[in-house]
Amino acid sequence: MASATLPLLRRNRVASSVIPGFGPTLGFTLFYLSLIVLLPLAALLLKAAGTTFEQWGRILGDPRILSALWLSFGGAFAAALINAVFGLLVAWVLVRYPFPGRRIVDAMVDLPFALPTAVAGIALTALYAPNGWLGKLLTPLGITVAFTPLGVVVAMVFIGLPFVVRTVEPVLQDIDLELEEAAASLGADRLQTFFRVILPAIAPSLLTGFSLALARAVGEYGSVIFIAGNLPGISEIAPLLIITKLEQYDYVGATAIAAVMLTISFALLLAVNLLQKWRRARMGGRG
Amino acid sequence: MIEVDAVSKHFGDFMALDRVSLSIGQGKLVALLGPSGSGKTTLLRILAGLEQPDLGRIRLGGVDATGLGARDRRIGFVFQHYALFRHMNIAANIAFGLKVRKGPQRLNSAMIDEKVNTLLDLVQLGGLAGRYPSQLSGGQRQRVALARALAVEPRLLLLDEPFGALDAQVRKDLRRWLRRLHDEMGLTGVFVTHDQEEALEVADEVVVMNKGRIEQIGTPSEIYDSPATPFVYRFLGNVNAVACNVSGGNARIEGLHVAGGTVDGRGTAFIRPHDVELLELSPDLPQATVRLVTVLGPLVRAEVVLPDGTALESELTRDQKDRLDLRRGQEVSIFLRKAKVFVGDGA
Repeated sequence: MASATLPLLRRNRVASSVIPGFGPTLGFTLFYLSLIVLLPLAALLLKAAGTTFEQWGRILGDPRILSALWLSFGGAFAAALINAVFGLLVAWVLVRYPFPGRRIVDAMVDLPFALPTAVAGIALTALYAPNGWLGKLLTPLGITVAFTPLGVVVAMVFIGLPFVVRTVEPVLQDIDLELEEAAASLGADRLQTFFRVILPAIAPSLLTGFSLALARAVGEYGSVIFIAGNLPGISEIAPLLIITKLEQYDYVGATAIAAVMLTISFALLLAVNLLQKWRRARMGGRG
Repeated sequence: MIEVDAVSKHFGDFMALDRVSLSIGQGKLVALLGPSGSGKTTLLRILAGLEQPDLGRIRLGGVDATGLGARDRRIGFVFQHYALFRHMNIAANIAFGLKVRKGPQRLNSAMIDEKVNTLLDLVQLGGLAGRYPSQLSGGQRQRVALARALAVEPRLLLLDEPFGALDAQVRKDLRRWLRRLHDEMGLTGVFVTHDQEEALEVADEVVVMNKGRIEQIGTPSEIYDSPATPFVYRFLGNVNAVACNVSGGNARIEGLHVAGGTVDGRGTAFIRPHDVELLELSPDLPQATVRLVTVLGPLVRAEVVLPDGTALESELTRDQKDRLDLRRGQEVSIFLRKAKVFVGDGA
């Protein structure tokens, strides 16, 4: 009798989840993450650890490197912000309004994912070059996009859009129209309803989309280098500088820049995660 | 005074409301009762300004409000699934309508806090101001939704299936509480329900709806005791519906004569089970055979069959059953205390 009830009792105590196998899955997860993510990063840090203080000083003091880092992170941040606003708008339209050709537009959102980045870069360059379709119109206004930091941001916006749209879309779909109706019946106007009711509800997914777009833009190489023109100190991004250093067999310099990028990226993503956690805690640990 | 004047509403081919007219007196609590698809929720949403009617007018206190949006009507709406703002705590949810106000009507934050506290006490959620909706039970959420709607001092409070998502006991408590609250505050309210017991217990006036039309308007006892249409008979409570022939003001059902029917022809007689009296066998009265006896607590339900095969349900007390010593297969006499005959459609 006792032996018959024992397995039942044990199961009740341990398995709060309906899917069994916590042990093996955790083991696999750790192993996989180590192999795919941690190992290369560890190798990178190991390599960077060999750098002397003096070399660090030289690298962090180099204005060309600093401006490249600034452009990569600043540009990515600006692009992610732009994507957060307009990606939300695109997601809103796709979710809320049925219109002819919606499926086609929906599919188009994913194009930046699917396109080889070099192709995107060449296309954008052709479009925004001073004699390109759009460049021709912008040049008389005194706006040059190609071969300037602005071009870098344009390319980063292009490749980051799907991240925001795809993370916000499902959450937007789940928002009950009743919430907006409730707000209206309580006297809220449209702006108040958007900023007080809808935006807070989609904020977590918007933040996730933002950080994904940011991360992608920081690491972007292919589409950016064509439109950037890569003028040292002006429109040269950090990943390109790493490649340049590698081509010159300056492995120490390349690893040092990579390590700096890694640290900043990690800090940014961690900050985003902490922000999410803080928000959840404020909502009583749920939602 | 709220007036609905010949309001119609289509959704595609579906006629949700068909020239519905209704007036709701100040301080009344009115139930819109009907099966799903009867148009009751659509009517409620049109009153709130969440939908616009295709035809007809809405007047609030004598003023035409037909084109007015929900935001300008000052009508409180409590949604079936509460529609609470999940990212706000209870106090912020209740304060929402006060905080979005602009101009001279805007209260300062101390006044808002005070009002929120008063409302929290009113809905008996005093200590829970800082909780979030996900941390509350269904009944508590419903009360928060109610407090939130009351905060803006609406001239009319609308409730869409207010107790629909709650379990039976909470439901009963909450509807009695709502009735008391209504009596204390004296506000005008309309609630939608498909539960006849709820409508009869809580409302001053019941509006029975079916297929986009109003079947009957009346007090709960009027609705129950003298239904105006076959639909109302069937929808409110148990009823025996028996096909019969009507001639000369009399309906004939195998051995039973029922007064009623103004036109000759086929008709349907409606008899409530508690109006079917079972008696000891007597030569003056028609006979029937008992087919089934079920004891339901203090009540006894018996099914009897007339010689022509017509089955009737009867409800009697425990006492009556014991006196008759009612058993299956027993022969009894029956007497109909009250019946109503509708000629024509056997609806």
